[in-house]
Amino acid sequence: MTTTKKLVLIGNGMAGVWTIEHLLKLAPHAYEITIFGAEPHPNYNRILLSTVLAGGASINDIIINDHDWYRDNHITLYTGDPVIRIDADQRQVISASGLHVDYDEVIIATGSRAFIPPIPGSDKDGVIGFRDIKDCETMIATAQTHRKAAVIGGGLLGLEAARGLLNLGMDVTVIHINEHLMDRQLDLPAGLMLQEQLEAQGMKFLLGKRTVELTGKRRVTGLRFTDGESLDADLVVMAVGIRPNIDVAQSSGLTINRGIVVDDHLHTNIPHISAVGECAEHRGIGYGLVAPLYEQGAVLAKRLAGLDTAGYEGSVTSTKLKVAGVDVFSAGQFADTPQTKSLRMQDDIDSIYKKLVIQDGKLIGAVLFGDTSEGSSLFSLIKSGESIVGREKELLTGYAGGATAVSPLQRLESMADDEIVCGCNGVSKAAIGDAVLQQGCHTMGSLKACTKASASCGGCAPLVEGLLQLYAGDSAQVTVKEGMCGCTSLQRDEIVEQIKTMGLKTVKEVMNVLEWREPEGCSKCRPALNYYLGMLFPAEYEDEKESRFTNERYHANIQKDGTYSVVPRIYGGVTSPADLKKIANVAEKYNVPLVKFTGGQRLDLLGIRKEDLPKIWEELDMPSGHAYGKTLRTVKTCVGNTFCRFGTQDAMAMGIKMEKAYERLTGPAKIKLAVSGCPRNCAEATIKDLGLVAIDGGWELHVGGNGGVKVRAAELLCTVKTEEEVMEWSSAYLQYYREHARFNERTAAWIERVGLDHVKEALADQQTRLELVSRIEETLSYTSDPWKEIIAKDELRKNFEPLHQAPLTGSTTSIY
Amino acid sequence: MTKLHVGHIQDIDKKGSRTFLLGETEIALFHLSDGSIHAVENSCPHKKGRLSEGMVCGTAIHCPLHDWKIDLRSGKVQDPDEGCVHTYNTEVDPASGAIYITF
Repeated sequence: MTTTKKLVLIGNGMAGVWTIEHLLKLAPHAYEITIFGAEPHPNYNRILLSTVLAGGASINDIIINDHDWYRDNHITLYTGDPVIRIDADQRQVISASGLHVDYDEVIIATGSRAFIPPIPGSDKDGVIGFRDIKDCETMIATAQTHRKAAVIGGGLLGLEAARGLLNLGMDVTVIHINEHLMDRQLDLPAGLMLQEQLEAQGMKFLLGKRTVELTGKRRVTGLRFTDGESLDADLVVMAVGIRPNIDVAQSSGLTINRGIVVDDHLHTNIPHISAVGECAEHRGIGYGLVAPLYEQGAVLAKRLAGLDTAGYEGSVTSTKLKVAGVDVFSAGQFADTPQTKSLRMQDDIDSIYKKLVIQDGKLIGAVLFGDTSEGSSLFSLIKSGESIVGREKELLTGYAGGATAVSPLQRLESMADDEIVCGCNGVSKAAIGDAVLQQGCHTMGSLKACTKASASCGGCAPLVEGLLQLYAGDSAQVTVKEGMCGCTSLQRDEIVEQIKTMGLKTVKEVMNVLEWREPEGCSKCRPALNYYLGMLFPAEYEDEKESRFTNERYHANIQKDGTYSVVPRIYGGVTSPADLKKIANVAEKYNVPLVKFTGGQRLDLLGIRKEDLPKIWEELDMPSGHAYGKTLRTVKTCVGNTFCRFGTQDAMAMGIKMEKAYERLTGPAKIKLAVSGCPRNCAEATIKDLGLVAIDGGWELHVGGNGGVKVRAAELLCTVKTEEEVMEWSSAYLQYYREHARFNERTAAWIERVGLDHVKEALADQQTRLELVSRIEETLSYTSDPWKEIIAKDELRKNFEPLHQAPLTGSTTSIY
Repeated sequence: MTKLHVGHIQDIDKKGSRTFLLGETEIALFHLSDGSIHAVENSCPHKKGRLSEGMVCGTAIHCPLHDWKIDLRSGKVQDPDEGCVHTYNTEVDPASGAIYITF
């Protein structure tokens, strides 16, 4: 039973709407959603505000979801109307304009606001934060009429604001309370280098200064410092930090520390109220970066969708400054303590500085200045917590162990293909290479549009630029590879990897996120994506019938004249007089023009009209033989030791057992099996995807054979003694094929591509085999007979019938 | 002009099709993702494949026999193949969902 619950989101920002987007993918109809936003805009990408200031984008360009998106997803959106209170007893939220909206679940995602320190005069005109579109608009407007700007705060946000104001043509001074810039992320040497570079761009700095007053009458005219000095300014941007927006939580009785206190599942202390993003405090930490918000949002969405989740365990964060022309990276703990050891490298000539902080043989922090190309690989080392003992110096210098120095380009080259370059959008090195080489993205703009790399926080831009150089420079020598189809230049493995890492759950979503060229794909990619999704998520994925080829939609083989053929399941090819009579009766009743044995020892009724299919299935009352699908077809058998004088094992029983076990199993391509009862191999088991040949006291498993388009003899995978072992190896092999082959790739082609040794190696460990067995069994547990389903459901059955339109001369016909 | 009531929009699944006979001619009606209804003669110019059995992708239909791709709005066969199928004008009554073809 499904009832639609009411979900209210308070806050129309990145964290909240990201959560909703995820939830819609996981459980599209579970909630009736209402969103309240204090700002008058739809959801936009706050991170890109500095790009707007820099003139690289307009405000419209940074809208993530426009009004159509809300409408299409049946979300009620109230903009410019902040929520003032949650009434947990009545289960209602109450907005400033007086709206009362019922809820079953409520999410608080009110984010944070710029912290305006209580300096006298901070309420004057011309004093702003750097937080939302309005601040941005104020800066742009002020730059038209005024010249002197001061930014209070030399952290990430302050420097971005300052850079934007420089771009707007203002004279900018950054005032910072500490002795060096970005002291939360950088140590002294890196901070000084940063300052030097920014000064070269025209930024001015006053360090170690504390502001005591903002002067002026109505509008600000300057700043005064504790040391008595002063500075003229027509615009003051406060960028000393952010404070969680907790007004709603405070008035609603929620537990608050610095932010709204949440547990690993984003619960607050009051049932049915969750909090996510910058307004939340998890394990004592409030995050102000995008990656943790996305991680929290994904956990919350899963919980609200009713799915299991391990919960959120906190994030290790990294920072990259995205100020033009300066490459800065910082991650983890960069400050020295008595427990840590650090390695530093400083090159004042090329302005390069690196510092690695190590504790107990593990990398716990890093600062890079001037060359940040190793940032993401160092960041993954920090996150993984693996030991770096013995290669510390190599990591610092970027030199391969004892070898000669490598250039930054060579280092990019040696980076693993699957390494994520853009953490915000999960873009791998391979995806970037592909965009450059296959889709002709030769500018940062087109690369961004195509892959989304560096499109969110932009911190990875230097790395992406480096890769662009690497690939564009070499493109002449690189052979052009083809994508899965004309709709994408991504290949199978890249697509499957992206589906896994990004948790994509529908064909449409895959196409949207991976930037398909055709919005609805084509007859090649749609069935492939449908298969991959079903293979990856057998429990959750709802098969898309419209993405299947005709045969699989109508569960019979389409023939050249538009008629169909029907093959009932006959396990192991062993039938009975009663079943034969049933088939014969149906064939006579429906005037079946041709009855034939198939290549796999089954009976085929050919020449059937589409509208007769459901009736024929109903009267046959036998399971579908799946003769039409990318599924297990038949298990061909010989007589075996039941009657044959040479037979060493019961081939028929084994064949029936296997056909029953793998019946309805989907695959990248059709799958044919055979069982021969002795080495004479009468069932021709060595030209099958999986063939068993009985030997005295055991079974040989032959794999990768094909008797079709390209004849290929199977190769021996293993020899085993018992039936249990046969099933274990067969299941593991079939599942391994399901998980690794390209769509439409038969086992013969697949094994030729990857090599039998690879498959043997993959299946050698019993633990791995048992895991594969359990996955194939899970998949099989969700299958059902399609014929029965269609017979039972009118809405499926209608598609087999033509429409009955009114007669041409009837009353509904009008001539005019 | 003749206007013929041939069915209701809810009779056809999205990205699905239904057929009906107009005299001797079989016509396939397609219900696209954008909600629009398109009608074409149900016969591929290549080997007379029944287009109603094919896969709907965007505004195109892929013939089930040899994967020819045909634009349902214009009836034009897409490169690298050539040809055209006859298309019919359709109207959907927004209130009742009744589908009409006009010819």
